[in-house]
Amino acid sequence: MEKKLTFKSMLVTILPAALWMLGLFVLPLILIVIVSFSTRGEVGDIVYRFTLDNYTKLLNPLYINIFIKSVLIALFTTALCLVFGYPFAFIVAKAGKTLKPLLLVLIMLPFWTNSLVRTYAMIILLRTEGIINTVLRYIGLIDQPLELMYNNFAVMVGMLYMMFPFMVLPLYASIDKLDMKLLEAADDLGAKPLNKFLRVTLPLTKGGILSGSLLVFVPTLGLFFITDLMGGSKVVLMSNLIKNQFLTARDWPFGSAISVVLVMVMILMIALYIKQGGKIDKKAVM
Amino acid sequence: MTEDVFVQLVNVSKSFDREEAVLKNLNLEIRKGQFLTLLGPSGCGKTTTLRLIAGFETPNSGDIIIDKENVTQKSPHQRCVNTVFQNYALFPHMNVFDNIAFGLKMKKVAKKEIENRVFEMLKMVQLEGYEGRMPSQLSGGQMQRVAIARAVINNPKVLLLDEPLGALDLKLRKQMQLELKHLQRKLGITFIFVTHDQEEALTMSDSIVVMNNGVVEQIGTPEELYEKPRTKFVADFLGETNILEGEVVKIKDTEVLLNLEQEEDIIRIPNMNYGFGDRFTVSVRPERIKIKAELEEGDVWLQCRIKERIYSGFVIKTIAVTKKGKEIIINEPIEQKSNFGRNDDVFVTWKPQHSIVIKA
Repeated sequence: MEKKLTFKSMLVTILPAALWMLGLFVLPLILIVIVSFSTRGEVGDIVYRFTLDNYTKLLNPLYINIFIKSVLIALFTTALCLVFGYPFAFIVAKAGKTLKPLLLVLIMLPFWTNSLVRTYAMIILLRTEGIINTVLRYIGLIDQPLELMYNNFAVMVGMLYMMFPFMVLPLYASIDKLDMKLLEAADDLGAKPLNKFLRVTLPLTKGGILSGSLLVFVPTLGLFFITDLMGGSKVVLMSNLIKNQFLTARDWPFGSAISVVLVMVMILMIALYIKQGGKIDKKAVM
Repeated sequence: MTEDVFVQLVNVSKSFDREEAVLKNLNLEIRKGQFLTLLGPSGCGKTTTLRLIAGFETPNSGDIIIDKENVTQKSPHQRCVNTVFQNYALFPHMNVFDNIAFGLKMKKVAKKEIENRVFEMLKMVQLEGYEGRMPSQLSGGQMQRVAIARAVINNPKVLLLDEPLGALDLKLRKQMQLELKHLQRKLGITFIFVTHDQEEALTMSDSIVVMNNGVVEQIGTPEELYEKPRTKFVADFLGETNILEGEVVKIKDTEVLLNLEQEEDIIRIPNMNYGFGDRFTVSVRPERIKIKAELEEGDVWLQCRIKERIYSGFVIKTIAVTKKGKEIIINEPIEQKSNFGRNDDVFVTWKPQHSIVIKA
């Protein structure tokens, strides 16, 4: 029997989390919105005088380009994660009883290490005198070291490495639920492998693809240390811009304005996801 | 290979992951337009046989021939057979129309024709007006019909049905049994039906293949299997029966005396040149046995005490126990029931011709 929660028990269960979110998420967010409409003082302090300057400043082509580049890099990371993650998640989901837990642990393993440490590990692999270049030179495949660091490629590799589990896990969850009988049915009804994938596998794992993509896309927009560490000063994204405004340029109002724009983009993505997700749920749940 | 053999399995063996073979040297011939049932307990290899014919599995050795074409190495989408799956396996993201149309779409049939044929199918399975529904909005029986329509619309040479009625309640199952039978007659398609339900097999089939442990025990019409089982397994599996085992202790001209293993009781069976010490299994159907206080000339009999009398609609079921504790089941029609009660000492008797004798 379903027992309705009383107002009191609801309050008790929700309150701690609600207070936490309110104090550490909602209030700071409101502050950021307020600051984004304020003016920078002469010594980098915040003067609470209303202005739209911070937002109009963003229309400068320089910033628009950074914005576009950030979104493109996030999209590209998401796409790469999907392309590599989907087959991998499929193998994990359909692996045998002994192999499956092992593969899952391998996906989770990186979470046990600090992400900065992991980024430095990537640098050790990729830098000019790094492991990859040393090995390639030793076996004579290359004469000159490859430029693997401090460019867009390095940033992509770093992002892909960092975000991969966030794509694989939701994909795994939805592929794991996929009834293999349905693939047999499609085969039985004359569907060739490609059609089988496009008409049955893909639509039925759409939920996992969407949530995985969201889980990769949104945090990728906010990652700054990978561009900082692996892109050198050559790659600047929205997230780096925010960090610089707050820490280096000490222009908190402008930094806040960029943050607000970034949050808006994320909200838009989540809204799109919910709209799509709602449709899927109705269809896919049997 | 005779002219009308349509589906043929030749020396087919199959095992999974180095385990014991699921199918051992299976040979099977199915005629065109036949309603054939693969019957057996779970793990007997009946579903594997069906999956081999469908192409979901490849045999380790042997050949599968459908309509004179060796399809052993072909994938399911290259074979002219369709399957109705155990739990229907309807595509949950497609409505009824798209589910049924799937096969035709894969064959790139013209849109207009697909529409016509889908509606024709919907009419045939009595689901007109349901084309827009999602599978999740259908009842078990309706999903079953969609699954059948989705397979039949492709005009398969052979329709494979893997325990398709297993998930339905008894009443609906009985109804669908008849509907399937009618459908098969109307379409004239060869049906290969898998079930573990012997009653279902008896009701629906032209021919039944009884399987056990990866081998065929017996092939025959329902009547042959019921009346003349060739193995103890078949006798026991089809319908209710009493199994008695014994060996020949005395030989007369026309009959031999059989000393039952667990008993000191002796029964007579017709002598077919049996030798002294030959071992036999005798199966006697419960409806063939009568309960009497006094013996009649020619009866085969055992002395028993009545343990239980159970009323079950049109029969009275009696469980009688021999001296050594062997239970004998007797079904008496309600209008011919005897008036014995619990703990009465009686003779359970039957005519010699009702002993089904299987040489061990």
